[in-house]
Amino acid sequence: MSASLPFVLAQADSGFFRNRSGQSNCVEDNGFCPNWIVHHLDRYVSPFWQHLFLVVVSVGIGFAIAFALALAAHRQRSLVSPITQITGILYTIPSLAFFFLLLPITGRGNTTAIIALTAYTLLILFRNIVDGLDGVPDEARDAGRGMGLTQRQLLWRVELPLALPTIITGLRIAATTTVGLAALATFAGAGGLGDQMASQKEFISNVAVGGALCVLMAVVLDAILLVAQRLLTPWSRVRAA
Amino acid sequence: MILAFLGQLGDAVQFIFTKSEGPGGAQVGGSQLLPLLREHLVITAAAVGIATALALPLGAWLGHTKRGSFLVVSITSAGRAIPSLGVVFLFFAALGAGFFNITLALVLLAIPPILLNAYAGVRAVDPEAVDAARGMGLTGRQIFGKIEFPLALPLIFGGIKTSTVNVIATATLGPLAGVVTLGDPIINPSSYGDAGQLGAAIVVAALAIAAEVGLSAVQRALTPAGLKLSEQAASRRRLLTIPKRRIAPTP
Repeated sequence: MSASLPFVLAQADSGFFRNRSGQSNCVEDNGFCPNWIVHHLDRYVSPFWQHLFLVVVSVGIGFAIAFALALAAHRQRSLVSPITQITGILYTIPSLAFFFLLLPITGRGNTTAIIALTAYTLLILFRNIVDGLDGVPDEARDAGRGMGLTQRQLLWRVELPLALPTIITGLRIAATTTVGLAALATFAGAGGLGDQMASQKEFISNVAVGGALCVLMAVVLDAILLVAQRLLTPWSRVRAA
Repeated sequence: MILAFLGQLGDAVQFIFTKSEGPGGAQVGGSQLLPLLREHLVITAAAVGIATALALPLGAWLGHTKRGSFLVVSITSAGRAIPSLGVVFLFFAALGAGFFNITLALVLLAIPPILLNAYAGVRAVDPEAVDAARGMGLTGRQIFGKIEFPLALPLIFGGIKTSTVNVIATATLGPLAGVVTLGDPIINPSSYGDAGQLGAAIVVAALAIAAEVGLSAVQRALTPAGLKLSEQAASRRRLLTIPKRRIAPTP
């Protein structure tokens, strides 16, 4: 249904209001051609998965690093400000420049793209994990201690679960931002949807589909993380009800 | 490998500071970078300027009336998800190459952070301060001009800073659409060489960091003295005394 509708519209568009020669005319006019898009969707499939791979791996590694840094900073408060400053500088470096700064060391390919994209997620994730842990009410900590939890048990059973909404908000921002930035991975030779867009950058339909797929990916990842948050924090639903 | 990298780094630094003949035969590097830098800064200033003129009044007004949070949040998350590369290509594909067209694309990318921060900044002003002003007989316009805007200024400027850094980064894509910014040696290495590519990457990164650091200083200078004092007092209190027990919010 969803596939046939634009097809019908495209038929009407190219058949009645434009030249009768059909879809090629729209492509020659460099318009927005639903007909062409439907027939060429297959060329976006593999870049889409490549793009998703870059995003998931980068955010995953970024989360592992940021998590470790945040736990260290949670224990040793004086670490918060230097880590924020260093990750802040990494966040400021334009991604395109970052790719080419890494190029002499790591060469063209996935490694370069993933290092740069990972570096971007650090500030967002670190800040949100630390904020989340800071936001845990002291009463909850006291209750945990009163129940005889060790420091480690307190972290995993009380503090982290209560910090989860803030941590997942950070993950959502990091994921959507990385989807957008991963379009630039084409300059690092790592493929993705940006590669597909750049291959015909003067053709509106091609650029629009590539961009729309990026937005779609961001929306879907965002929704998945939101659902994960709902499932992982059942108590917040009870309270709302 | 490290030696080879240091060698490349040396070449790149030399490219930044001294003019030489590039692989394309033209003179590149050194003072030849200045026109590129100028173009980069001009397009950044134009885009951020237009975006500020559009988004700041809208965001501040929405924050003042406390309406439209849905609109602001949607625009912000859309702005995060839409790839900058896609916007630049789309404007290039639809409107063709040219300074004006790419400026428009950059304006579009610069709007969300400015809008969000103007909205959030005005909205977050202490309602007690607004009430006090209203009690003193200030009109809505005066409340905005004398209370809300000055108190929101640091956050508002924070949005402009974020946009500026983003636009500096995205203006690097300019040469893809016929605007010769500092991205030219990065995107067209055939006429600049590898040293030019790395050199330009260093310059762009330095430019972005300089903008971030410089604008942060301006942001601090714009913070009203009273707000600074209360922040200092708050942080001193936090350091000296045992933090006050936070009472768990009851739904």
